[in-house]
Amino acid sequence: MKNYILKFWQVFFTIMIGMKVTFRHLFIPAVTIQYPTVKPEMPERERNRLYVNMDDCIGCLQCERACPVNCIEIEIVKTIPGEDLGKTTNGKKKALWVTKFDIDMAKCCYCELCVFPCPTDCIYMTDVYEFSEFERDNFIYDFVTLTPDEKEEKKKNREEFMIKKEAEKAAAAKKKAEEEAAKKKGSETESENKTDDKPEENKE
Amino acid sequence: MIYDWLYSLTGSEMIAIGIQSLLPLYLFILPFALVAVLLERKVAAHMQDRLGPMRVGYHGLLQTIADILKLLQKEDTVAADIDKKFFDLSPLLVFAGSYAAFAAIPFSGAFMGSNIDLGIIYIVAVTGLVVAGILMGGWASNNKYSLLGAMRAAAQIISFEIPTLLIVVTVIMITGTMNLYTMSEWQTGYFWNWLILGGPDFGIAKILFIPLMLMAFLIIFLSTLAEVNRTPFDIPEAESEIVAGYHTEYSGMKFAMFFLAEYANMFAVSAIVSALFFGGYQSPFGYLGNLLEIGWLIPIEQFFWFTAKGVFFVLVQMWLRWTLPRFRVDQLMSFCWKYLIPISFVILLLVGLITVL
Repeated sequence: MKNYILKFWQVFFTIMIGMKVTFRHLFIPAVTIQYPTVKPEMPERERNRLYVNMDDCIGCLQCERACPVNCIEIEIVKTIPGEDLGKTTNGKKKALWVTKFDIDMAKCCYCELCVFPCPTDCIYMTDVYEFSEFERDNFIYDFVTLTPDEKEEKKKNREEFMIKKEAEKAAAAKKKAEEEAAKKKGSETESENKTDDKPEENKE
Repeated sequence: MIYDWLYSLTGSEMIAIGIQSLLPLYLFILPFALVAVLLERKVAAHMQDRLGPMRVGYHGLLQTIADILKLLQKEDTVAADIDKKFFDLSPLLVFAGSYAAFAAIPFSGAFMGSNIDLGIIYIVAVTGLVVAGILMGGWASNNKYSLLGAMRAAAQIISFEIPTLLIVVTVIMITGTMNLYTMSEWQTGYFWNWLILGGPDFGIAKILFIPLMLMAFLIIFLSTLAEVNRTPFDIPEAESEIVAGYHTEYSGMKFAMFFLAEYANMFAVSAIVSALFFGGYQSPFGYLGNLLEIGWLIPIEQFFWFTAKGVFFVLVQMWLRWTLPRFRVDQLMSFCWKYLIPISFVILLLVGLITVL
């Protein structure tokens, strides 16, 4: 009988303790973060979507080589003499037209290995992490600032320049050969003309 | 009374009765269910340090309306090999049972569905319809979980009706009436006249009644909680054991009927507990209408106190829900038969002795 009453009292008492706990929790502020409207602060070294600042890119291909999953594709076109691309923000000379700079974010493994080799710090991780798409192709991000026409123009310019150069070279070689032939005919002395030894290097 | 006013307004008894019987449904139960569903979700969320619905309207105020619109659009799925007639009848019967209980509950001094002398006994009897509806639904669903849930519900509700009735008999012995209106009027005045504090008759009996009535209140609160299948007594619809119990196969508006019946039931038992022990619609501090001598203000105040007491006990039910884990079936039965029933018998005997002396 004593046990019976004691048990009943214990049940009542422990329920009261439990109700006290729940009542206290009623007034504790909620820990919920209202996600789409309120976003949690990301850690300092977060790794999210890549971004390339094309104003600073010198087309060195270091990031493409560093990428372990080959998600970066870059095409470069050399400049022709007379074209000035200016300098990057940290004072590096820009010497190449970048006609293709695609990053396939669907392939990207967010390892950040492409960020460290960049000599001008133009490729970096942003804090954007909401970029889901309905089409897989939409994940291929194109960072090139040139218009398609401009790209064609740059390529064409370079090709024409090269053809011209080839022609000049051929002409020079022909001239040289003629001169040499003339020299051979005239006298046995050997004298080399070294005017057009490096025709393919850039001359801005 | 509102009935007399309606009768003089329409001039027809049938129309007056019809309007009066529909009033609690449209003016009280449906709005209450709307509020209570949201309240339950908010209280549950805040007790678990969450926020609950926040999107629809200010702090999710319109969430229930959005849910109802969704339920209305839902397809009424009907599983194969079910007993269609009983399947359709079950939610109606469950809701009818819980709504019929409101007929004898005094909402205020001026409004009461039906002023019958059997009052509280009628309520206990008519809520038995809910058991029939639940069993019918569980059986007709042709689903083992539904049947299990229905069987559990039947066993539980019938078991817990015994302590409820014993306490009701105790209260009837003290008050000398079964009519809830007379019972509420008997506890008029201030809060020390409530039955939980011994009733309005001053004397040695009042002091002796106080501990007994506290125990009696506890028992009737727990047993009515078990009758409406709320946690910690929600074994008929235990989600982690038998999917959703007797309403597993129901969808759309039929499910909504079960839901509405559950919330109507919650309020009904809260109203009964408050009418028996907490003075029903009586104000604890006297009336502003008496003070200002405005006659029509008193029924409105009474309605306010009735609602406030009912909502308070509904809140306590929710509070218990998020405090206690679910009982096991055998624990539930031993709790009822080994603890509640003997104690309520002792209370019955003691109260009988005190009233005789």
